[in-house]
Amino acid sequence: MSEIAAERPKSPAFRFRFDRWAPALLLLAAVGIYLAACIVTGQTQYLNWDNLLAVLGRSIALGVTAIGQTFVILVASIDLSVASLISATTVLASVIMNGDPAMILPAIAASLALGAFVGAINGLIITRLDVNPLIATLGVSLVIQGCLSAFVSNFAGAVPVEFQFFAYGNVAGIPFAILFFFGLAMVASVVLRLTRFGSNVYAVGGNADAARFAGIPTGRIVVIAHIICSLCATVAGLYLASRLRSGAPWIGANGVYDLESIAVVVIGGTILAGGRGGIWGTVVGVMIFSLIDSIFNVLGVDAFVKQVLRGIIIVAAVAFYAVRSKRIVA
Amino acid sequence: MTDHVLSAAKPEKARGLPQINPVYFLLAALIVAIILNNPAFVEPTGYMNFLKRAAPLAILAAGQVYVIVSGGFDLSVGSLITLVVVGSSMLSNNDPNATGWVIAAMLGIGLAVGVVNGLVVCFLKVPSLIATLGMMITLNGFAFMWSGGAPRGYLPDSFRYFGRFNIMDIPVIRMLPVAVIVMAVLGFALYWLMHRTNLGRMIHAIGDNPRAAQLAGVPVNRVRITAFVVSSLSAVVAGILLGGFAGVSTDVGTGYELQAITAAVLGGAQLLGGRGSVPATIAGALTLTAIFTLLNFLGLPQPVRQVVQGLILIAAVALAMYRRKRTGQ
Amino acid sequence: MKQFLSYAVTAGMLLATANTSHAADNFNDPEEFARQREQLAMTPKGPEGQPWAQYLVGKMADTAKYKKEGPATVCFSNAGVNNPWRVVGYTNMKEEVALHPEIGNFVHVDAEGSDDKQIADINDLLAGGNCDVLIVSPNTTAALTPAVEAACQKLPVIVFDRGVQTDCPVTFIHPVGGYGFGIQGAQFIADNVKSGGNVLMLRILPGVDVLETRYSAGRRILDEAGLKVVGAEFTDGDNAKTKSIVEDYLQRGSIDAVWMDAGATAVAAVEAFEDGGYEIPVFVGEDQQDFLQKWRALNMTAIAPTYPTYQWRTPILAAVSILKGEAVPGPEWVLPQPAITKENLDSFVNEKMPPLHYTMCGCEEMPNYPKAWGGNE
Repeated sequence: MSEIAAERPKSPAFRFRFDRWAPALLLLAAVGIYLAACIVTGQTQYLNWDNLLAVLGRSIALGVTAIGQTFVILVASIDLSVASLISATTVLASVIMNGDPAMILPAIAASLALGAFVGAINGLIITRLDVNPLIATLGVSLVIQGCLSAFVSNFAGAVPVEFQFFAYGNVAGIPFAILFFFGLAMVASVVLRLTRFGSNVYAVGGNADAARFAGIPTGRIVVIAHIICSLCATVAGLYLASRLRSGAPWIGANGVYDLESIAVVVIGGTILAGGRGGIWGTVVGVMIFSLIDSIFNVLGVDAFVKQVLRGIIIVAAVAFYAVRSKRIVA
Repeated sequence: MTDHVLSAAKPEKARGLPQINPVYFLLAALIVAIILNNPAFVEPTGYMNFLKRAAPLAILAAGQVYVIVSGGFDLSVGSLITLVVVGSSMLSNNDPNATGWVIAAMLGIGLAVGVVNGLVVCFLKVPSLIATLGMMITLNGFAFMWSGGAPRGYLPDSFRYFGRFNIMDIPVIRMLPVAVIVMAVLGFALYWLMHRTNLGRMIHAIGDNPRAAQLAGVPVNRVRITAFVVSSLSAVVAGILLGGFAGVSTDVGTGYELQAITAAVLGGAQLLGGRGSVPATIAGALTLTAIFTLLNFLGLPQPVRQVVQGLILIAAVALAMYRRKRTGQ
Repeated sequence: MKQFLSYAVTAGMLLATANTSHAADNFNDPEEFARQREQLAMTPKGPEGQPWAQYLVGKMADTAKYKKEGPATVCFSNAGVNNPWRVVGYTNMKEEVALHPEIGNFVHVDAEGSDDKQIADINDLLAGGNCDVLIVSPNTTAALTPAVEAACQKLPVIVFDRGVQTDCPVTFIHPVGGYGFGIQGAQFIADNVKSGGNVLMLRILPGVDVLETRYSAGRRILDEAGLKVVGAEFTDGDNAKTKSIVEDYLQRGSIDAVWMDAGATAVAAVEAFEDGGYEIPVFVGEDQQDFLQKWRALNMTAIAPTYPTYQWRTPILAAVSILKGEAVPGPEWVLPQPAITKENLDSFVNEKMPPLHYTMCGCEEMPNYPKAWGGNE
């Protein structure tokens, strides 16, 4: 888990780096509570390999979306359109495939094209028209959802058995989706850590004006971050189409992937103001969310109490990072 | 209708701003379009029903603009509305004499929610987007936890008076919904507080540049907490009106937080702080309601409404930014 | 890029066609319409006066192979308790569980209205829940099918309310269905409004199969009766929106009847007439207490078709039978679906019950009634 540290460039060397370890501490606490919950309630049967995989596999769609969301939050933007885009992708993909394995590749290509297009629109509205990202992506989200609902009102199309490998297939006894998620996280982390684009992302998010003076094309970086985010949402949509075997216009909204992906990113220690945080924090955030769900299920927590606790946990987790900050926040 | 807009526009002029806020033109155009589609709208029942319907959103948005001007967001207002309706039905349980203390209790809850939002932002340093998102989820869960999933009491008529009752037999306008009176009174109070008092100036200051405001001696935390309290209290009033208008249900407040922010943005409020006007926000809320009404009259389905709402939202902000850039502010 | 665009365009066109053909096939099936119309008139089999244990189709499923001694663990994957109907239903289920000592452990997981989450929940239960029987109330029909199929490999599964697209569960419990609901309400309007009268149809949401079938059946009957449907509007189940929509329609013309695909917002619709000083037209509501009370207080001409919440008791009965190895109605267990009419209204109105209590719960004789359902003693 020490990779978390490397996400943070430019922190002074001789200081206990609290935020370096904070996500790991939170994860450790969540695991501890889960173990305690299983043991105290005498449900040790949950502590097996199958269930570990079940917990890891709980939130693949949320996790993939959150990886993309991390990029936009790092450039001090935000994306509320991911949920509608996920719905649109599930429908587009399953309608193009329509049960025909030969159409899998065209469907994936069309979905990714849609994602890139939406991301570019989001990015351009924000950078060229100077519209606040919250409003821009909320507006785009409404437009996507409206266009989608105009065409479809129920499950449409069907995903061929071959494509269901994405969600249900196994490789060496491990679900493919879990391997895919960690693979994607690895790639995203390498991009952020080792490429010039990655360091530009941090620079733009940390201080856009300074980055501009340093010759970084800030607008382009923001647009690319948004394209990456939308592409990730598209991939999450493809995964859900595979998992649900079809697409419907309410899938993204029902999963609350917009707000939950933001919550997961900030629980993972990436700050909303941009420039600080990283992929492994987000992965930790996703795992914490999965664990919270599993803990609630093990303890049989009432659905409404769950909500209350979840709200408090989100705020508490963010406070855990932020409370030591000297900045004025709004 | 027109009275309201005119009186709202005056203070802007008095301050010598170069242009009238475009939201008033948009609103006027929409009203004309509605009248062309439905001539009955010029009857008192037509426009009074419209104002009555818009009142909860107008009050909610007028409160939201306090938080927006101070630089934050308040996403918790929608769930707070739900909590108010569900909680009032639980507490009053069809007892008409309970209305007084139930409303007081709800205002108390609103006060507490606002204070907690403010404290979390100011002292735990959690950005308001996340703090109020957490509050939104928590309050929604709490409303259901309290009621066991569905409201367990009826709202007595004395409670529903504010949102439902029309005062009849008034000369010229024939009928006057109580909700419209509430909107006018609270709208004026919120206007006065924001644009005519020191508090309003301080809210603008901390939204514009918190560091500078602090150095200038503005009690940043106290002002910020006050802004959240105003927003929460306005949500309580909106909840009382909505519960009155429509009776008990479980998801009354859903989506109102985004509508309130949309209304403020249509009224020219600047997200992340420093700029925003209460009268223009109320006009924004009326505009949003007028858009919905018009699309309804035109018989356009829900999807079209969503697309139109999305495009208007982006266009309004893009236009405002363009004007701002051009005038060099 | 051009290729992508052409794909996108084709996809858009596919969507449009897929949608129209889809809807026509799924939600307006004359055979199913006729079958449900027949079932509404059938005399149910099973114990008298206990509709939750009755069935309309006599076919039984053998369950001898699932027989199990000793206290059992019954697991329930719930789509959510996100509306009052489901709240009442889930209370029924909990109270039914309490009546059966042979159920040692009842595990409830709640998917909070998300397909994705419900699939994960079922996986969790299979991975470590030690379940002897699994009850599923699917969030949506198509999406939950694979998860239910996987569960069928391991243990007996009972599905109720919405179905899944597989025959593998031991039984699928449901009342007559959406067409039946639509028929009951619309037939009442057809019988009470003269041909040519104006009917306003209020709907909750598009796309939900049980609601779409209610609408298509209702529409068919209204059209056949020569009534004029002045509008079919979506209310999102929102009281304020419902009231506004009805007010707008009243400004433009008269309404002789209101048909609704679900009664959640019926009282708000009635109030729009009341507050505007109009006569209350013929109304179709549902079995919520607030509507029943309004109906009686205003002496309306109305009917309340039901989608009975007592169907939440039945899965527990089925689970207990399966664990004893006794045959249960299957692969489909069709429950009777009565409507509340003027004749029996008084027996259903109960001012001690909360406004959003769905009255057709079959729960009046249960030990914790009315407290567990939020009523006053």
